Amino acid sequence: MGQTLSEQILSHGLTAGMGHPVSAGDFVVVEPDVVMSHDSLTPSIIKIMQEELQSPNVKNPNQLAFVFDHVVPPSTVGTADSQNLVRRFAAEQGVRLFDVGRGICHQVLVEEKIAAPGKIVIGADSHSTSYGSVGAFGTGMGSTDVALIWATGKTWLRVPETIQVVVSGRPGNHIDAKDIALKLCREITISGANYMAVEYHGLEWLPLEGRQTISSMAVEMGAKVGIFPPAGLDSSYPVPDWFFVDPSAHYTRQVRLDLEALAPQVSRPHNVDNVCDIEEVAGTPVNVVFLGTCTNGRYADLRIAAQILKGKQVSRNIRLMVTPASQVQLSRAATDGTLATLIEAGAIITTPGCGMCMGRHQGTLGENDVCLSTANRNFKGRMGAPSSKIYLASPAVAAATALTGQISDPRSLS
Amino acid sequence: MTRIWKFGADVDTDQIVPGRYAPYMRPGADVGEAAFIEARPDFAKNAQPGDVIVATQNFGCGSSREYAVEALRRRKVGAIIALSFARIFYRNAINLGIPLLEAPEIVNGVADGDEVTLDLASRQLTVKGQTYALPDLPVFAQQILDAGGIVPYVRTHGHFPGES
Repeated sequence: MGQTLSEQILSHGLTAGMGHPVSAGDFVVVEPDVVMSHDSLTPSIIKIMQEELQSPNVKNPNQLAFVFDHVVPPSTVGTADSQNLVRRFAAEQGVRLFDVGRGICHQVLVEEKIAAPGKIVIGADSHSTSYGSVGAFGTGMGSTDVALIWATGKTWLRVPETIQVVVSGRPGNHIDAKDIALKLCREITISGANYMAVEYHGLEWLPLEGRQTISSMAVEMGAKVGIFPPAGLDSSYPVPDWFFVDPSAHYTRQVRLDLEALAPQVSRPHNVDNVCDIEEVAGTPVNVVFLGTCTNGRYADLRIAAQILKGKQVSRNIRLMVTPASQVQLSRAATDGTLATLIEAGAIITTPGCGMCMGRHQGTLGENDVCLSTANRNFKGRMGAPSSKIYLASPAVAAATALTGQISDPRSLS
Repeated sequence: MTRIWKFGADVDTDQIVPGRYAPYMRPGADVGEAAFIEARPDFAKNAQPGDVIVATQNFGCGSSREYAVEALRRRKVGAIIALSFARIFYRNAINLGIPLLEAPEIVNGVADGDEVTLDLASRQLTVKGQTYALPDLPVFAQQILDAGGIVPYVRTHGHFPGES
């Protein structure tokens, strides 16, 4: 029997002495190619490694990558001090550090090609499923697991079963990868892929940025990884010769999705899988629109919004917050007028990073605020006050909503 | 006197500890005090060591934040019993030494506020005079729990469970 993409990658990542092909259900110990952590948790990981594990040094500094994205630039003395502590540690240990302003960890690792096809990439962040966009086994773990990788170079995993998603057709005007991601959450549910891998087939035509949107949200269905076959990926991402779609691989479940009839999807408060077609919520008053995050903060997303906002003004009742996913994406948007269009329409542009996604800075929601966000989570209180509400949708829906001050279908704009 | 704290489905880690209460945002504060501070303020105020959390499906979904588990560890939660757990939460809780049990009979049989006696050694839980047998965990997870968590396990054995 053939292997799924996850089984292939984990078979190649086994530690010495565990050299056999693995299949779903096996417990394995692997040496990840990369272990990523960000400013929010790296201080606690340092503490766990040095104080609890009593390991003064990182075993393999080349395995690590630090990215500052959660509170950038720092908003408090405490976050500033924590970032300085991580800078010193990175310099002492020889760990690469992407500092304030470089971008969101999941965007930076893809741009830097640190995440690549066939690699095992562990992140101290649940949206590490994003690395599946380039054909990596990307998954999130907690601080103690990551501290153990720093100290030993290794971690344990249960080889996941795989759900095969088979997509057919092409989406209509103003429908994009975010609508596919939300539709999959709707079909598979918030826990339907728990402990499992999701493999996406039939999307060879989808550009990398769309793959990142979909992979980032695999975790919202509980998935361990959300992985794309490398077909259609930019050739600058090298594909190992052992890494391919094997028609005899075993899938636990197949989910079919036809894009021809897909409408813009909206996730309603307070669960990601509480998804409906836009017509059910169109007209809902909103006072904050957030365009950004590892799910939808790339140049392509900013450009979609700019095309809708060009020559117009956002509603006077709206705060439109735009947080580019990285310095590279911001720079691209600045070069071709996309950024100027957004600013002229009334958008507020913030430092590349996670922005207001988890309610810590750069736009935290107050009591009863209603936000239409391009992010990936709408849990109660995630972006601020527990009484605030978060709707999730695509950049096109976000831009249309910013213009009208109520949830709006971009297809209905003149 | 220890009690049951009963929750529904899909309790996410933002509810267990909101991101705004992360140790990163409040250095020096005890994250244990933030356990369910907005979603269930009476838990934050009154939970006692040995209390048992019971929930339905997918407990602990969302963010990988280990401080959500750390908050429950600091409150000395005796066990978490649910129909199912989200993946990262499961790892984090076992790693930090909190027993997680999938036991539908208990989930369906107990109510919020019930007095509970948890006896992990004899693998029994008693509520209102009824005694339930606790289910076994996967060997891998039980070995970690027996050691008190993954850190003591690795420090004692020098390797991961299942690795020679």
